[in-house]
Amino acid sequence: MRKGTLRQILLITDGCSNHGEDPIAMAALAKEQGITVNVIGVLDQDVMDEHGLREVEGIATAGGGISQVVYAKQLSQTVQMVTRKAMTQTLQGVVNRELKQILGSNISMEDLPPEKRGEVMEIVDELGETVELEVLILIDTSGSMKTKLPTVKEALFDLSLSLNARMGDNLFSVFVFPGKQEDVEKILDWTPKLEALSSVFPKLTSGGLTPTGPALRQAISHFQKKRSLRSLIGRDESYFEESSM
Amino acid sequence: MGVMNPILKNRLCKLPAGTVIVGKWHKQAYKIVKPLGNGANGAVYLAESKKGLVAIKVSDSSTTITSEVNVLKRFSKVQGAALGPSLLDMDDWWDQKINRTIPFYVMEYIKGEDFFSFIRKRGKEWLVILVLQLLSALEQLHEEGWVFGDLKPENVLVAGNPPTIRLLDVGGTTLQGRAVKEFTEFYDRGYWGLGSRKADPAYDLFAVAMMMIHACYPTKFERKENGRKQLFTMIQADATLRKYEHVLMKAIDGSYVRAMDMKRELVAAIHHDVPRAGIKQSPSRKQHHKKKRSGMIETAFIVVTLLCMYALYLYGQIL
Ligand SMILES: Nc1ncnc2c1ncn2[C@@H]1O[C@H](COP(=O)(O)OP(=O)(O)OP(=O)(O)O)[C@@H](O)[C@H]1O
Ligand SMILES: [Mg+2]
Repeated sequence: MRKGTLRQILLITDGCSNHGEDPIAMAALAKEQGITVNVIGVLDQDVMDEHGLREVEGIATAGGGISQVVYAKQLSQTVQMVTRKAMTQTLQGVVNRELKQILGSNISMEDLPPEKRGEVMEIVDELGETVELEVLILIDTSGSMKTKLPTVKEALFDLSLSLNARMGDNLFSVFVFPGKQEDVEKILDWTPKLEALSSVFPKLTSGGLTPTGPALRQAISHFQKKRSLRSLIGRDESYFEESSM
Repeated sequence: MGVMNPILKNRLCKLPAGTVIVGKWHKQAYKIVKPLGNGANGAVYLAESKKGLVAIKVSDSSTTITSEVNVLKRFSKVQGAALGPSLLDMDDWWDQKINRTIPFYVMEYIKGEDFFSFIRKRGKEWLVILVLQLLSALEQLHEEGWVFGDLKPENVLVAGNPPTIRLLDVGGTTLQGRAVKEFTEFYDRGYWGLGSRKADPAYDLFAVAMMMIHACYPTKFERKENGRKQLFTMIQADATLRKYEHVLMKAIDGSYVRAMDMKRELVAAIHHDVPRAGIKQSPSRKQHHKKKRSGMIETAFIVVTLLCMYALYLYGQIL
């Protein structure tokens, strides 16, 4: 199997969007373009309101990803776990499609007898270890998130620790919303070093609007920009985005 | 449990006693007796089968089940009892109650006590003895090219007479050189800012040191600014740990390349024997290295041959 690139958006938020396009529609758009959207809902103490919860789940489902609602304390463990699980899930999808091509029928790993699954799993494991990964982290910095931002930063360092232990390369980019002037603001462009974040992160100011939809839209186009740049300098295109996941 | 559908999670964690799980492929039946525990990836139950009492792990994810079964299969080929429970079956169960297929695997039921309860009951002198056993088990695992990963007291059972440790939960078990699949923050050197999450033997040895520290400080504590200094201070403040200070700090700093080295120095510390350094040791060590290198070339050759055969086999299987 060829090596390719996995693309993920990781949205970290604590509630509801209230401005701009429907974030669920934007997540569906991302999925169509081969980008998985994972969502982590951060809680203070109390539970998240029903509406917020439904939005978190809705975005992840539409974006072909995973959602998880956690207390700020568990953020580090969750961020790395969700990212890894989503990778496995996507790769499983890729391998399942390859299986279908080879076997010519509608077969996925779960349809294989248990004895045969092990080999497929080894391929998925191998891919998860070696595949190139691009993660765009989208952080809600509206009012209520302010107190949680130090924890978010810690969780992102932890994420880079986990991902950098893989053999494959990683690229990270970080956006926050709402931005100072616009709906969303880029605070870190594509880089293999998520640690570069430390200098920019503390300067954030928190505002009132929560434009989750527009933020997702911009995140998607940031992947696009990167790709056109890539084809300009003639590097490999990615393979996994071709079909929807 | 972690990332999991809530309805399914609820069902998997609360399978009532008496529930009969029948595998759709191998048609074996298992009757749930009681829960043994649950965690991030599923739930484990004690069950009755034709072959007697077994432990059965159910999960929402076929991926989890398959990965763990892969590791258990590998372990069954390694000689030595301390490595994981033996694997008995793997199958899918159609759960009519929620209309879903639930993947599961069945393993040997290990009747034992978890690491900390055993020490609490039988006395602190057991701590270092069990750690010595643990180091031997890890040495074996590392020799086979693996790292246990999610090493913590909950995953170490003490069973039988004489009391012997057994490793449970192979969810974190990772090939050396890859990213550790699953870990628990408190036992993870990355969390403490003391190393990467790339699987190497020293990753497990750090967790061993943390288990020893936690055994002497039963209340869970959190990391402060300088993790290393914090752990060092705690080691010095405890009479038991102070005795092994040198060994613990080496494990924390990742200075041991092999579990056997840590075991040897721990034994020495038990007998108040300061590890000998300098002239006496170096010649014998050099010799050892030379021997090892020619051995390594042989091993590499065998590994390459096996890999080629395996690739051919895989190719044939998939077609
Ligand atoms: N073979 C076994 N015999 C006896 N007890 C077992 C066995 N396997 C598991 N258990 C018990 O069940 C508990 C949970 O099992 P396990 O750790 O495999 O689940 P998990 O979902 O992977 O949890 P986590 O990853 O959070 O540790 C164990 O801590 C142990 O107490
Ligand atoms: Mg586990």
